Amino acid sequence: MHYMRQVWTVAAKDLRSELRTKEALNASLSFALVILLLFSFAFDPTAELTREISGGLLWLVFAFAGALLLNRSFARELENDCLDVLVTSPVPASALFLGKALANWLLLLGIELVCLPVFGVFYNADWARQPAWLALVLLLATWGITVIGTMFSALTVNLRLRELMLPMLVYPMLIPCLMAAMQLTTALVAGQTPSGDQLAWLRMLVGFDIIFTALSVALVETVLIG
Amino acid sequence: MTALAIDNVWKYYGDYPALRGISFEAQRGACVAMLGRNGAGKTTLLRILAGLSRPSRGAVRVLGMDCLSPDVRRATGVLGHGIGIYDELSAYENLRLFAALYGLERPHQAALEWLERTGLERVRDGLVREFSRGMRQRLAVARAFLHRPSLLLLDEPFTALDDRAIALLQGLLRESLASGSTIVMSTHQLREALELATHVALIVKGRLAHAGERTAAMVDDPGYLYRTYGEA
Repeated sequence: MHYMRQVWTVAAKDLRSELRTKEALNASLSFALVILLLFSFAFDPTAELTREISGGLLWLVFAFAGALLLNRSFARELENDCLDVLVTSPVPASALFLGKALANWLLLLGIELVCLPVFGVFYNADWARQPAWLALVLLLATWGITVIGTMFSALTVNLRLRELMLPMLVYPMLIPCLMAAMQLTTALVAGQTPSGDQLAWLRMLVGFDIIFTALSVALVETVLIG
Repeated sequence: MTALAIDNVWKYYGDYPALRGISFEAQRGACVAMLGRNGAGKTTLLRILAGLSRPSRGAVRVLGMDCLSPDVRRATGVLGHGIGIYDELSAYENLRLFAALYGLERPHQAALEWLERTGLERVRDGLVREFSRGMRQRLAVARAFLHRPSLLLLDEPFTALDDRAIALLQGLLRESLASGSTIVMSTHQLREALELATHVALIVKGRLAHAGERTAAMVDDPGYLYRTYGEA
């Protein structure tokens, strides 16, 4: 219980900071909306084409927007040497990591929830035909993006080219998560209920989240302290 | 009782040894002034004591425990080069946050008490980014002392402080010493440091050149230490 309170304290601090400055949120959200708009001009999508590209388009937009958001996660701690103060506090490095990941997850989910209706309007798509399944995929895949992104945000925080390094390191790691999310989202936007292969993708998404959460929690102290 | 035990600590940055076999002990209630020129290794050693870095070789015990243990972190207050407070939070939110992170039972009361002690109660809801430099420094001092640490690690604590913040910090340090806390501070401001210090550790090029009690000769003539044990 005490541990979860520490996680929430860190998450609440990050959420409050971000909602007050909106530095990463504005950049990330406007980037996502612009990409959705530009692709709608580029493709002039028919209903059939929209169904085919929906998963890929949405998750690439979410992943790119996520990188903008995640870059700030540990970078904001560099101002005034706040990272040192957090690391020297009695909060375990894993709780610090999970708190930051939780804040990033909620922020990225918020961006996704704004983007989905916009996607529906620009592409004339009924994206909410399987709302419960789609919510599950969003929750799982967004956690996958944020857990890896937050970890690499910690790893690259002291690099001068961190804005460049983070996407270069994160995207290859995210391939299994994004593939699963794209496949499932394409099927869900087409109105299919997941079955067979799609359930295997869902299991892979769950496995991906569990493995990378456990790895990150185990390694974050080494990343932060050396 | 030993508060700090540093045993043959080496720290390498690449091939360069920033610390070379440092060993010394500090008893509880001691105030150790860690002196040395720029680049001598004072900050590196303080970062190891604070659990921000691991020694390449050697061991450090703080309050009889590993310096990375949560109990040691809970008992340690750190004031480094940066103020360690969030610009986009208010003074109250900053102190409330650190009170919660340190597991204080009544974080709200603790934050209010320290806002009052540092003379910031009238601006408690103001964002730190709108504060003057002196107000930010006082808030940083409050953040470091908020959880009543029994070990204080201070890196150049008097540098860039205004008169009011220096007076506040000196008062709090004396109060902490009187209550049995241990203080380790690195500093170039010899006079302020030696007035408070009970012990002195002089580091020269990563090596411990001298460790021992502060003497009257050191206070009367701050250059004495460097002439006697260190670089001229």
